Amino acid sequence: MTVIRSIALALLLVTAAVPSARAASDADFKAAYAAAEAASKEAASLRNQWTTTVATLAAAKKAADGGDFDRAVAAAKEAEALAKASILQATSEKQAWKAMEIR
Amino acid sequence: MKRRGSVLIGSAFVALAALAFAAPRVVAADKIDPATEAKAFRNYFTAKFPKVKLDDFVNGPYSMNADMRKQWVEKEEFPPYEFAVDAGKEMFAKPFKNGKTYADCFPNGGVGIRQNYPHFDAKEGKVVTLELALNRCREANGEAPYSYVKDEMASLTAYMAFTSRGKPFDIRIPDDPRALEAYENGKRYFYTRRGQLNFSCASCHVQSPGERIRAEILAPALGILNAMPIYRSEWNGMGTISRRFVTCNSQTRAVPLEPQSDEYRDLEYFLSYVSNGLPIAGPGARP
Repeated sequence: MTVIRSIALALLLVTAAVPSARAASDADFKAAYAAAEAASKEAASLRNQWTTTVATLAAAKKAADGGDFDRAVAAAKEAEALAKASILQATSEKQAWKAMEIR
Repeated sequence: MKRRGSVLIGSAFVALAALAFAAPRVVAADKIDPATEAKAFRNYFTAKFPKVKLDDFVNGPYSMNADMRKQWVEKEEFPPYEFAVDAGKEMFAKPFKNGKTYADCFPNGGVGIRQNYPHFDAKEGKVVTLELALNRCREANGEAPYSYVKDEMASLTAYMAFTSRGKPFDIRIPDDPRALEAYENGKRYFYTRRGQLNFSCASCHVQSPGERIRAEILAPALGILNAMPIYRSEWNGMGTISRRFVTCNSQTRAVPLEPQSDEYRDLEYFLSYVSNGLPIAGPGARP
C-alpha cells in the first residue's frame, strides 16, 4: 500500500515538474492580442508606431484565423514587445534628442 | 577632540556634496534663437566638408562624391525631370473649371516664388508649404486636391521650382511665439530617433553625409530641400518633399505620418530655414 502511495506521489511530482506542453488556445491568443493591441495603440497615440509592430500584429491575426494559435500567441507577444520598445523610445527621446543637436 | 571635530567637518562636506548632486540642476531655460542656430548648422557642414563650396551643398550626394558628380553632370544634358517641368507648366497655365488659374492664388503669378515656401501663416497659426498652398488653391477653386506623393503635385512644384532656380531660400520666422514653436517642433522632429532602426533624420543627414548606406551616398541636411522635387531613379519617377519624408520614415521602420501633417510641415519649415541663403536648385535628379 505504501509503495503504491509512493508511486502515486512520485507521478504527481513528475507531472507537476514537467512544463506544460499544451497547445495555445483561442483564449490565450485573445489575451495576448489584446495586450499587444493596447500597447500598439499607445505607441500610435505617441505618433511613434513601428512598421514591424503593425506587421507582427497582422501576422498574429492571420495565424489565429488559420487556427495556428501557438504561432498566433508567439506573434502577439512579439508585437507587444515591439510596441513597448517604441513607447520607450518615444518617452526617452523627449529629452534625448537634444544630445544630437548641432549647437 | 580635535580629531572628532575634523571628522564632523568632513562629514558635513560629504553631506553638502551629496545634496548638491541630489538637488535638481537649475539651468536657465534654453532660449531659442533660430538665426544663431542656422549659423551653427551651416558652420557644422562647412567645417566637416571644407572643400565643398557653400552653394554646392544643394546638390546633395554630388557635392560629396566626384564619380557620382561626373555621372550627374552628364545626365543633366537630358535631365530626367524635364518632362515633369513641361507637364507642370501646362497644368499651371490651364484654367480651372471656374476660369481661374494657379497664378491667381500666388504672389507674382506663382513665378519665381519657391524660395519663400514654407511660410508661417499668422491667420492660421501654422506653417504653410508650397504643396499645401497648391492644394488649397485647387480646393478654393472647386477642384479636388492632388495626392501629395504622386506625379501631379511633383510636376506642379517642379515647374514652380524651375522658375525660381538660383534664388536663395528666404524663409522668415515672424515675431510670433507660434512661429518659433513651429520651428522648434520641426527641429525636434529632425533630431528625434524613431522606427525600429532607431534613426533620426540627423543620424543620416548630419552624422553621416557622404557615407554610403547600402548603394546610396547620403546627402547633407544643409540644402537638402533646395533641389526638391526630385526625379529618383530608385522610384523611376518624380517625388515631392512629402514623398521624401514618408519614405525616409518607412526606411527606419517607422509608420509614416500623413503627408502635410503638422510635424512634416514644421520639419520642412526648420530644414528650409537653416538653408536660408542657399539657392533653389529644383527640380533635381538623384540616384
